[in-house]
Amino acid sequence: MDILSLFVIVPVLTILALVFTKDLKQARITAMIGSLVQLGMAIHLIFSYFEERAVNKSIMLFTQDRVWFEHFNIHFATGVDGISAALLLLTSIIVLAGVFISWKIDDLPKEFFISLLVLATGVYGFFISIDLFTMFVFYEIAVIPMYLLIGIWGSGPKEYSAMKLTLMLMGASAVLLVGILGIYFNSNANGGALTFNILEISKVYIPFVAQKLFFPLTFIGFAVLGALFPFHTWSPDGHASAPTAVSMLHAGVLMKLGGYGIFRIAMFLLPEGAKEWSWFFIILSAIGVIYGAFGALKQTDLKYINAYSSVSHLGMVLFALLMLNKTAWNGAILQSLSHGFMTALFFALIGMIYGRTHTRDITKLGGLLKVIPFISVINVIAGLASLGLPGFSGFVAEMNIFVGAFQHDELFYRVATIISVSAIVVTAVYILRVLGIMLMGPINNAEFLDLPKTTWYEITGILLLLIPMIGMGVAPLWLSDMIMASIQPFIKGVLKF
Amino acid sequence: MDFNSFIILRQEILLLAITLGLVVGEIFIPKNKKRYIVHLALFLFGIHTIVGFCNIEESSLFGGMFRTNNMIHLFKNILNVGVFVLLLQSADWIQEKVIGQNKGTEFFILMFSSLLGMYFMISSGDFLMFFIGLELSTLPVAALVALETSKRISSEAGVKFILSAGLATGVSLFGISLLYAATGSIYYNDVMTTLTSNNLTLLGSILFFSGLAFKISLVPFHFWTADVYEGAPISTASYLSVISKGAAVFILMILLFTVLKPLMHIWQTIIYVIAVATMFIGNLFALRQQNMKRFLAFSSIAQAGFILLGLISGTQLGTATIVYFVLIYIFSNLAAFGVVQAISLQTGKENRDDYNGLYRTNPNLSLVMMLALFSLAGIPPVAGFFGKFFLFAAAASKGYYFLVFLAVVNVTISLYYYLLVIRAMFIRKSEDPIPFFKSKIYMRLGLIIAVIGILVLGLYSPLYDYIFELSTIFNK
Repeated sequence: MDILSLFVIVPVLTILALVFTKDLKQARITAMIGSLVQLGMAIHLIFSYFEERAVNKSIMLFTQDRVWFEHFNIHFATGVDGISAALLLLTSIIVLAGVFISWKIDDLPKEFFISLLVLATGVYGFFISIDLFTMFVFYEIAVIPMYLLIGIWGSGPKEYSAMKLTLMLMGASAVLLVGILGIYFNSNANGGALTFNILEISKVYIPFVAQKLFFPLTFIGFAVLGALFPFHTWSPDGHASAPTAVSMLHAGVLMKLGGYGIFRIAMFLLPEGAKEWSWFFIILSAIGVIYGAFGALKQTDLKYINAYSSVSHLGMVLFALLMLNKTAWNGAILQSLSHGFMTALFFALIGMIYGRTHTRDITKLGGLLKVIPFISVINVIAGLASLGLPGFSGFVAEMNIFVGAFQHDELFYRVATIISVSAIVVTAVYILRVLGIMLMGPINNAEFLDLPKTTWYEITGILLLLIPMIGMGVAPLWLSDMIMASIQPFIKGVLKF
Repeated sequence: MDFNSFIILRQEILLLAITLGLVVGEIFIPKNKKRYIVHLALFLFGIHTIVGFCNIEESSLFGGMFRTNNMIHLFKNILNVGVFVLLLQSADWIQEKVIGQNKGTEFFILMFSSLLGMYFMISSGDFLMFFIGLELSTLPVAALVALETSKRISSEAGVKFILSAGLATGVSLFGISLLYAATGSIYYNDVMTTLTSNNLTLLGSILFFSGLAFKISLVPFHFWTADVYEGAPISTASYLSVISKGAAVFILMILLFTVLKPLMHIWQTIIYVIAVATMFIGNLFALRQQNMKRFLAFSSIAQAGFILLGLISGTQLGTATIVYFVLIYIFSNLAAFGVVQAISLQTGKENRDDYNGLYRTNPNLSLVMMLALFSLAGIPPVAGFFGKFFLFAAAASKGYYFLVFLAVVNVTISLYYYLLVIRAMFIRKSEDPIPFFKSKIYMRLGLIIAVIGILVLGLYSPLYDYIFELSTIFNK
């Protein structure tokens, strides 16, 4: 059994084991063991990646290929580069943290963990695939459990939010399907056989007319998941209604599928289409960056604030990807990883605060630093990381993005960059405002004087997310190396036009 | 007729023997033992299904009126398996409700006669045999629709069905006569060689097409569907939406790809328009349905629209994807109707709101329903996803990207109403949920086979490859 297929097999085995569990205790232990194994595998993968990379210079490592549907030339083909290996690690950490955060889920615990792991399976499968068809299959597998997760265990207008999120994301995937079919039926342009394999398609020159037609379809198909303005509206509602662990996984991991897909499929396979359309989508993503930041400024519900902040931060990812140069790309991938840890940590903290105070309205909170110091301090750290303070992951990422973006000497790109950069100021404002109102000041509700202490599983969950976040900020080089090496083929393939 | 003819006709002869055997059984089995007829019929049909899997040679009989080959044989087997699962799911209902009214045997006789008609229809080598098959497959169903004579709505549905069916087959027959006038023959092979594109043949083929469009319930021939499904017993509705539709799609595909091939550029335009209309009307009307049978009726209209995407390509890929999709569709829809049947039999409830909170009382039934609906909606990893993806690929391979785009818009619309049922079962809570119950063995077996089909058909790829290889037969 090769090292990558295990990323699908282990979660599936965990799901099977979960089917036979009887109550919450058994379910959470099973889910925890399964996710621990996955984390171990991801760490192991990173080390093997470095060993292998030293001797092997091909684009994808650990490639495996099994024929699935022969007549369509569909393969179960797997392989990773530095980007997907890092994202696999991110996923496994957040899944484990999510299991810890959901330690006390009381309603239908077995079904909850099963749905959570189905989602995880989809994400793992997506990141290891190098076959368009398999990727698409896993993409849909990752999206559909969200409906049940939000609908059953969510809060507030959960039926509405779940339906909105599912329909928008599945609608996007439907558009993506047309794009994928378009790529597939043009993949024989150099006289070869039709293929879904990304590496083989990248060697083919797809006719310019087709690139121009299918790039926007493929791009939008993924960008909806990356909360591109104006398709971001599922995100605030969905995140606000979802249970804590689901918000973490969704904002932390699932939304990264969007950026990754754009990079790996839309841009890598349709480079001229990307050139042709980039101006249009740069405008949209720059609006998203600004709009998300101002949206967060206006909200009073903690989850809405974080959701809008995600729209803004992921807008930066899309913005950087569209800038089509390597510094910005490096920043985009770092931002994806950094935002993954950061936002998951935020949602975990919001869940803990809500679990204690039963409100997410910041106007009703106050002085929490005095009663729950641990959660509050971590909240400050996460907040500072989010506004891009040096020493944390966010700084490295945003620095790269804007330095890269500013390298374009055309006026349009410069203006777009300047507008987007200004969002950083707004980010600082809304984060400091939230922290100030929520943590400082007098305690304005007598019930808050006696809040429960943090438990061991909450601390474990927090530390799991905090350590890599600080690690990325303090020692970004190893990660940067890994990403830079993996960007090389993109530079060769995409930037030559 | 020599012995060899019997071998070629063995599916038909065996089914006829079973039907006649049941007629005799009806006479000789005493009244208090009548319920054994269900076991007997199931047993006999089970044997018939298994015998069907023996190989068959490509051959024709009666001077080319009747022909068979591996693809046609495969399709008969698909229909057999579908009917067998359907009978398993209906067994309890027949024992509890139908035997008491002394109509148990009639149910089987009518259904088997109709199936026999379908055999002849898809094996036909000329328009006469086709028409006999079409009539034989349609008329018994009218009686099946009106089986619950005590219910007014059932009789009404029967009348509606027979009137619309009569009109459609009449128009179809007129189309055949025009084609005969233009080509001077009713044999497929002769028609194919002499058919040229002119106004007469065009009119003839459009009129002829309407008869099959009625059976597949394509827009604008869909008006009977919802009312008939609602009024008919669930078994009949299931039969109409699964078996009857599958057979009609299959013969339509054969005729379009072989006999009417000279008119391809024309019927492709017609199919394009009908596909768009069928998908949109089926899906938009399904959105507001409360009754599960009406809901599945509109859902099956929409699914028929998707099937047309494979048809429009007119290639081997199209043939293979259509057969594959129909196979998957049969299992998915049988699972959905099976759950509706089980619940209706136990509680008499057929509305979506009655399903609120079903997962908490009957988790297994809810899971079966969820898998069936996911398969109909086309969500991986269940089979429906693969079926739909390949159908769309068949249309895209001929450059119909805009049609595929419209289809995926419809997939998203359809997802909404499938999720409504899932919402009722899993998310909503109910003051008065359907209490826990255990279905009898036949029903459980029927549901299990359907679920295995849904899970295996997509992931197990050699099956698709097998169908693809067979489909060269109609695309020489």
